[in-house]
Amino acid sequence: MSETTGSVLEIRDLHVTVGEGDETKEILRGVDLTIRSGETHAIMGPNGSGKSTLAYSIAGHPKYTITGGTVTLDGEDVLAMTVDERARAGLFLAMQYPVEVPGVSVSNFLRTAATAVTGTAPKLRTWVKDVRTEMEALEMDAAFAERNVNEGFSGGEKKRHEILQMGLLKPKMAILDETDSGLDVDALRVVSEGVNRAKANSSVGVLLITHYTRILRYIEPDFVHVFVAGRVVEEGGKELADKLEAEGYASYLKADADAAAAIA
Amino acid sequence: MPENTDTPDTIAGPAESAALASELFAPGVGAQAGPPTTPASDTGTAGAGPGSHSHGGPTPTGSPAERFSSADPDDFAVVTGREEQWRFTPMKRVRPLLEGAGSDARLELTTDLPDGVELTTVGADDPLLAGLPEPVDRLAALTRVNAGGATVVRIPAEAQLDRPVTLSLRGTGSADVVWGQTVVEVGRHAAATIVLDHSGEAKYSGGVVVLVGDGAHVELVSVQEWAPGTAHGGQYDAVVGRDATFRQAVVTLGGDLVRLVSNVHYTGPGGTAELSGVYFADETQHQEHRLWVDHSTPNCTSNVVYKGALQGEQAHTVWVGDVRIRPAATGTETYELNRNLVLTDGARADSVPNLEIETGEIVSAGHASATGRFDDEQLFYLCSRGIDAETARRLVVRGFFADVVQKIAVPELADRLMGTIEQRLGALPGLEEQDVEVESELQPA
Ligand SMILES: Nc1ncnc2c1ncn2[C@@H]1O[C@H](COP(=O)(O)OP(=O)(O)O)[C@@H](O)[C@H]1O
Ligand SMILES: [Mg+2]
Repeated sequence: MSETTGSVLEIRDLHVTVGEGDETKEILRGVDLTIRSGETHAIMGPNGSGKSTLAYSIAGHPKYTITGGTVTLDGEDVLAMTVDERARAGLFLAMQYPVEVPGVSVSNFLRTAATAVTGTAPKLRTWVKDVRTEMEALEMDAAFAERNVNEGFSGGEKKRHEILQMGLLKPKMAILDETDSGLDVDALRVVSEGVNRAKANSSVGVLLITHYTRILRYIEPDFVHVFVAGRVVEEGGKELADKLEAEGYASYLKADADAAAAIA
Repeated sequence: MPENTDTPDTIAGPAESAALASELFAPGVGAQAGPPTTPASDTGTAGAGPGSHSHGGPTPTGSPAERFSSADPDDFAVVTGREEQWRFTPMKRVRPLLEGAGSDARLELTTDLPDGVELTTVGADDPLLAGLPEPVDRLAALTRVNAGGATVVRIPAEAQLDRPVTLSLRGTGSADVVWGQTVVEVGRHAAATIVLDHSGEAKYSGGVVVLVGDGAHVELVSVQEWAPGTAHGGQYDAVVGRDATFRQAVVTLGGDLVRLVSNVHYTGPGGTAELSGVYFADETQHQEHRLWVDHSTPNCTSNVVYKGALQGEQAHTVWVGDVRIRPAATGTETYELNRNLVLTDGARADSVPNLEIETGEIVSAGHASATGRFDDEQLFYLCSRGIDAETARRLVVRGFFADVVQKIAVPELADRLMGTIEQRLGALPGLEEQDVEVESELQPA
């Protein structure tokens, strides 16, 4: 688990495509990012810019093909690991669209995951208490534990469930892919508090992917990266978010189109 | 979870009109099929229906609108394998049954009979046999003849059994075909669970009839945990009395060939039938489950849920679910669902739901059939939480079956069956990309 300080996730010149043959499409076009323990990085970009592609590529989704670059966690080659190995190495992805798993209860799922990540089955009594405490903090009804994973969950419930897992699995690095989208103000607050609790309780590094600035009022980023057309086009501190709030992505999109035209 | 074909389909209300060929009402089904305790109601007047429901285009139904039945094997042509009823069945495996001679071979029977339950045998000329629903195929007719009588389990009216009636039937590996006929007679307002627990190795063809008295609650569990080398065929009939509830759980895990035909007949209004099934086919196993629910009286309900998983070369499962709502069966509520999970390359699941509606005055009628492979997104989600692919598969398949198995009214048996399923899952191959051959037919009438 991750009472480690000083972890570092390094993404170097990452190129990723989707599709096969004539359908192949390059989505990530050279991404560079370095995230250290305790840091919170916001990645902000318009729809379709490749934010989820970045998140899934780091987690190892089979749909994406890595065509260049490296991803390392504390020097270990993440790209050489299977999906489950990445999670056991300390990576966590809160998905934009969490998957329904019929027939598998939340409680069974959580315990199996915790066993896998820590290498030993958690002691039942403390585990049940931990789960209950975390669920209460996320304002989730206890009945959720007996429901099937994500099945019939509302959008907000799915996101709470993702953050519940982050709190219980205690990753070294957590990638939160649009955890804020589709949440009303109350749910946004509850979910953000969950992330902040995890940050306070551990040295987790956070890659916070978002389309909007409003979650940054609850979770304060140390760094903001503007992501357009498959790469980071500008970086700065949290003041950059204020600029995006005021001006949107229009100027970046235009610059990118100009650059593309120049290449063509 | 299954993705390749998913065709939920629910309909209610007036049936569309399409001409239906004039029908012969088969003797022995419906009108004459009442349990002795229940006077036969007038359900045999269906005649030519006003129309059949059609909602899936002009695909031929594949299943005859009316089924022929007879107690005389010679009324059925010799099976070639081209018949609708036999087209999925590997002839090589079933031929030993179809061509088997009468024999003295028996399954080893061990019983657990709660107080008040009577176990007897009756001869071929016993009037009880004449009143049973008739065989619907040649093998079933041969079975009725060759069984030469029946084993009868009687549960008196009003009885509330303190535990299940269990008949453990073990094959002894005899080369001769074992022919069997079991009749379970449940008196009115009784509540009973009956377990038929098949194991060992056999060539076995066994008919089972459950006569569910008015207001009775009956659960029949039939477990097929046969050893390799086994061929098992059988026709199961439930005759459901007025306001009675019949539940059936069929669990097929073992044997080279298992082919079970389950029919439900209602003799009065207010009957409920819940048919559930679980099957798990490994390399070269053939598991075939055919259902026929005949709604012939008003205000009856049927609910069918069958789930199957397949793994390994030439694992083959067949599910055919026919539901018929006759003109007299107003107020019918019916739903049938079949889901198949194809876990590896080279396995094949056939799924054929078929719904015929001849009256518009029903509550609801629907079916869904889905056959697909293990879902990559589910696998990714579980693995992204550190769970290895093997464990992830096991979790999902276990969950896939658990909701059906855990509804079996005998918890120890449900646990045992889940244990067997888990053991079988241990044999899963690795997680390389696998192509799946899936054929699913959907043929709404
Ligand atoms: N399987 C796929 N085939 C083709 N294009 C895809 C596929 N998956 C994603 N894309 C495309 O990749 C681009 C980036 O998608 P995504 O990473 O989801 O963006 P974001 O999360 O920033 O909205 C989009 O243009 C999307 O249409
Ligand atoms: Mg996205």
